[in-house]
Amino acid sequence: MTTYYSEEHEWITVEGDTATVGITQHAADQLGEIVFCEQKEAGDEFEKGDEIGVIESVKAASEIYAPLDGEIVAVNEILEETPGALNDSPEGDAWIYKIKLADAAQLEDLMDLDGYKALIG
Amino acid sequence: MTDAPKRTPLYDLHVELGGKMVDFAGWEMPVQYPMGIMGEHKQCREKAGLFDVSHMGQVILKGDDVATQLERIAPSAFTTLKEGKARYTFFTNENGGIMDDLIVSNAGDHFFVVVNASMRHQDIPHMAKHLEGVEVTEIFDRALVAVQGPSAENVVGDLCPAARDMKFMETLVADIMGVECRLSRLGYTGEDGYEISIPEDKAVEITRAFLAHDDCEPAGLGARDSLRLEAGLCLYGNDIDNDTSPVEASLTWAMQKRRKEEGGFPGAARIQKELAEGAARKLVGIKPEGRAPARQGVEVQCAEGNTIGAITSGGFGPTVGAPVAMGYVSAGHGEPGEKINLIIRGKSQPAEIVALPFVTQNYKR
Repeated sequence: MTTYYSEEHEWITVEGDTATVGITQHAADQLGEIVFCEQKEAGDEFEKGDEIGVIESVKAASEIYAPLDGEIVAVNEILEETPGALNDSPEGDAWIYKIKLADAAQLEDLMDLDGYKALIG
Repeated sequence: MTDAPKRTPLYDLHVELGGKMVDFAGWEMPVQYPMGIMGEHKQCREKAGLFDVSHMGQVILKGDDVATQLERIAPSAFTTLKEGKARYTFFTNENGGIMDDLIVSNAGDHFFVVVNASMRHQDIPHMAKHLEGVEVTEIFDRALVAVQGPSAENVVGDLCPAARDMKFMETLVADIMGVECRLSRLGYTGEDGYEISIPEDKAVEITRAFLAHDDCEPAGLGARDSLRLEAGLCLYGNDIDNDTSPVEASLTWAMQKRRKEEGGFPGAARIQKELAEGAARKLVGIKPEGRAPARQGVEVQCAEGNTIGAITSGGFGPTVGAPVAMGYVSAGHGEPGEKINLIIRGKSQPAEIVALPFVTQNYKR
């Protein structure tokens, strides 16, 4: 199990050909209090860079961009009723999708934790 | 705007308090403090929040007949505005649109005016040009601090007993910690409270004294916006602008009977026609049924699917606990209870037209 990070402040934890995706604590802190999360549905396919959801905080709306090509295999349903979980536990219970990777080679474009820490300073 | 953002006398205090500073209308202002927008919003509804609104334009008007002159550019009655009273009004343009909204106070030997930060550059020359025989002086050496919420009377009254006896829309000059300040019992949150004009060299000291009260916490622009939205108060540039008339914006309560009947202000032809026949559109409250906030620009459709308007302000209402919005809908629509649809990111979301405000206004009458 390895965790990667994207420049869009997402974490991607990979087990086999499945990845769990969420936003980082840093992203959640920057967004402020989150009041709504719009998610795609299981079965939806997408390419890296596609918009795959929207997070709304009291301040503004922010898009979620796909860090990799893939297909959504599971959607975290707790976010529909309790979007605030994204503030409390963005790197834990409040994961957003489980996705089936289309091209594992794309993982090489992502950062490790040290790289991500350097990015956010 | 290419100039570096300006700072209010309270800038260093904001930074010290952990304020997250953003550029707003050319000013470096706190959007929130560590408490967060939601917490600051609730603080203001339940106890008291303190806002720095020094970026707004404070103006002194002096002359023999300021009130009559003001009536030439704004459609409210000022000749009957008693000393010590404040009035919400707006400047109208020749087409009956709103150039800015503002507060005008009769301060006895002068009139005291507060205009929006973003419109200072327009309003000051506008007044200087049109108010004949009136000396227009913009004040640059005073901070403006708003203390808002049910505890505001105690927060301010502990330092200034005279504040306790004031009623909504009253204004007076009183001593706070040895300094002459102007207090006005009004605000932009739907709550009881004051706006206090303080000489800049004492602004930090007095602000700290307000914040030392157990019930008072600093609040930023984020909470200011969600509070005013729940209170159904218009934001210039969003809900009202040069195209929207006071009739469309449901602001005719700010036009006293004589002014409605006699006219004599810019755009009176359109405004009086709309008063008589109704406007082509009107500003209404909109409550999305789901959790998705509907923000400025979202299309509004009637139940049959035709476009009838757009959201002008929208977001999450912390006190309501759900999304809230305001927007314009065309004539024939807009009765509370009407079911509508909002097109949010291409998807149709159900919503309902509701009466404004979303929360009860708690003014000290």
